[in-house]
Amino acid sequence: METIVFALLNGVIYGLLLFMLSSGLTLIFSMMGVLNFAHASFYMLGAYFAFTISGSTTFWIALFVAPVLVGLVGAVVERYGLRKVHANGHVAELLFTFGLAYLIEEIVKIVYGKTAVDYRIPDLLNFPAFTIYGASFPAYRIFMLFIAIGMLIGLWYLLKKTRAGLIIQAALTHPHMVGHLGHNVPLIFMTVFGIGCAMAGLAGVIAGNIFVTDPAMAVQMGPIVFVVVVVGGIGSLEGAFLASLLIGLIQNFAVGINASFAEIFWFTGLSPTSEIGDITISSLAPVMPFLLLVLMLIFRPRGLMGEQEL
Amino acid sequence: MSIKTAALAAAVSAVAVTAAQAEIKMAFIDPLSGPFGPSGEAAYTSYLLEAERINEAGGVNGEMIELTGYDNKVNPKESLVQLQKAIDSGARYIFQGNGSSVAAAIIDAVNKHNKRNPGDEVLFFNYAAVTPAFTNESCSFWHFRFDAHADMKMAAITDYIRSQDDIKKVYLIGQDYIFGQAVAAAAESQLTEKRPDIEIVGNELHPLGKVKDFTPYIQKIISSGADAVITGNWGADMQLLMKAAAESGSDIPYMTFYGGSLGAVSALGEGAMDLLYQVSEGITNLEASDEQYELIETYKERFPEYDYYYHRAHVAMRMFKEAAEKAGSVDPIAVAYALEGMVHQDAYGPVTMRAEDHQAQQNLYISTVSDDVKYGVDNIELGWKVVEGGEIDASVAEQPTTCEMERPEKP
Repeated sequence: METIVFALLNGVIYGLLLFMLSSGLTLIFSMMGVLNFAHASFYMLGAYFAFTISGSTTFWIALFVAPVLVGLVGAVVERYGLRKVHANGHVAELLFTFGLAYLIEEIVKIVYGKTAVDYRIPDLLNFPAFTIYGASFPAYRIFMLFIAIGMLIGLWYLLKKTRAGLIIQAALTHPHMVGHLGHNVPLIFMTVFGIGCAMAGLAGVIAGNIFVTDPAMAVQMGPIVFVVVVVGGIGSLEGAFLASLLIGLIQNFAVGINASFAEIFWFTGLSPTSEIGDITISSLAPVMPFLLLVLMLIFRPRGLMGEQEL
Repeated sequence: MSIKTAALAAAVSAVAVTAAQAEIKMAFIDPLSGPFGPSGEAAYTSYLLEAERINEAGGVNGEMIELTGYDNKVNPKESLVQLQKAIDSGARYIFQGNGSSVAAAIIDAVNKHNKRNPGDEVLFFNYAAVTPAFTNESCSFWHFRFDAHADMKMAAITDYIRSQDDIKKVYLIGQDYIFGQAVAAAAESQLTEKRPDIEIVGNELHPLGKVKDFTPYIQKIISSGADAVITGNWGADMQLLMKAAAESGSDIPYMTFYGGSLGAVSALGEGAMDLLYQVSEGITNLEASDEQYELIETYKERFPEYDYYYHRAHVAMRMFKEAAEKAGSVDPIAVAYALEGMVHQDAYGPVTMRAEDHQAQQNLYISTVSDDVKYGVDNIELGWKVVEGGEIDASVAEQPTTCEMERPEKP
């Protein structure tokens, strides 16, 4: 019972965090038609910007300013980088984002050093929210939950309930038509890219202090975000949401399960002391998302909610 | 090769030879970036400081030490590339410690190198990779270990647990590689022997340096009802484990090898007192000579983001110097023979380099966090203090070895 409750709580929070990252990535994919390899780098920038800003002011100012800054960086990248590269086709765009990811990582290393920075959660939220089964649950994680849900609602409202959202949705699928109707499509693309990056930045702001803020955080988060986008169905926000929660929950449930292969496949006569027999489910937790990715591509290549095959 | 390039190559190697005569090149191969960067950096700075002091005092047999750092990212493959680079640049002495997987690769590479290049041997001074096998079944004449190995540290921990009657359930958590597995195996066998009534309620291995949030693991530990946790975690894995433990409000004591890892104490804060234990070869708050205090303070002044933690790095450097002076040479084979059986009088007791297996024998100390200390860590008031009965004499800490060493001809 404890295992289930803990895994549910942690899984949902981690899942929502993944969604903050993958929603931007999947929007940008619908727009450009290629995966943005540098997306997780904007997540890292969010954490580092927040570290700098909260150092000279407070965390609360950083919470608002850092994502905006990351969004501006994203917009500049789109306006003066991607838009120029776009003329040379998808491969050029892909390579551009690939190079950009390395560039950002190296710049971060030069500016902030190669090791982790001491980015802490604000004192105001540094207390246990409640205690279940003898373990207290930090208030900051509840705060993360609310920020993520708030962002989710905000994004949904923007895309589905406002005129701007309608135009964005139209521009993602039919850019020429929207252009002919008199809208400034390049501006829309720049805005979408900026917003996507800002959301990744926000994820960095609230996750950088509870995890670790170091130059490797982009590389570590990147693959998981791609898994989310592919499993959810490329270009689908609903799919990304479902996949994020699914992966968050699977990873956290797996950590809680102590059973080994020998216990699960007892009927095959697998010995608990053999190489394969003593692998436990909990030790496989980090592999789970990638297993899901492989299975998804084999059995349902368009992902959970995707409309197009890869 | 044209005549011109051949001449150039000869000229370059001539320069290298004259340079090598003037100085002793040493290489430090450890993580200097990434999640384990601080662990490597803290040790590297200790070596640099000690080398600097030796040079200021006239060097080793009049020759100066030149130490170069190589970043291996705790990756065995990368380490071999860096090792080759170090050897090519003339280094004959290699320091490495973070990661037994790396140390195993280096031992193997050094063994091969020395076999293939007689007269050009390299020695490996291991200051922290503590898988017992390195000074047992896979021991090597070219490898010297200055840290107590996992079985020795575990013996100290299990002896302490033997005296704590209220510990009935123990949880083991460690990093999933050769070292973490060795720690878990040692804990299991020693606990069954010393306290058969203790139940091991969990034996968990997590990926090395990959886990960013240990909360699910901590919650598992709490729900297992454990009275104590034993862990060999180091670096970021230690710090993040403690961060999650603090957040979850767990009051289970942690018996650790490397609780002194940067940031572990400050992650727990006040909660670390009587909760975080470590076993080490010395702590700054032990009674010591004025020179030792001066060294601790100089280190902190020079490298304020770290604490004086790698005492064994200083010991390794000093023992090298003594051995080279005893042998009257800085030739690796001569130094290795001089190191065998050598007793070095150090700040926290004598350190003996056991000849049979090249495992340093020294006093061990079990300490916990206290607010009543001379030196704090992590730039806060809390620091390490030896627990009652936590002083383990080198003779008690000593463990037998199965090493059968092949030795080269004595020079």
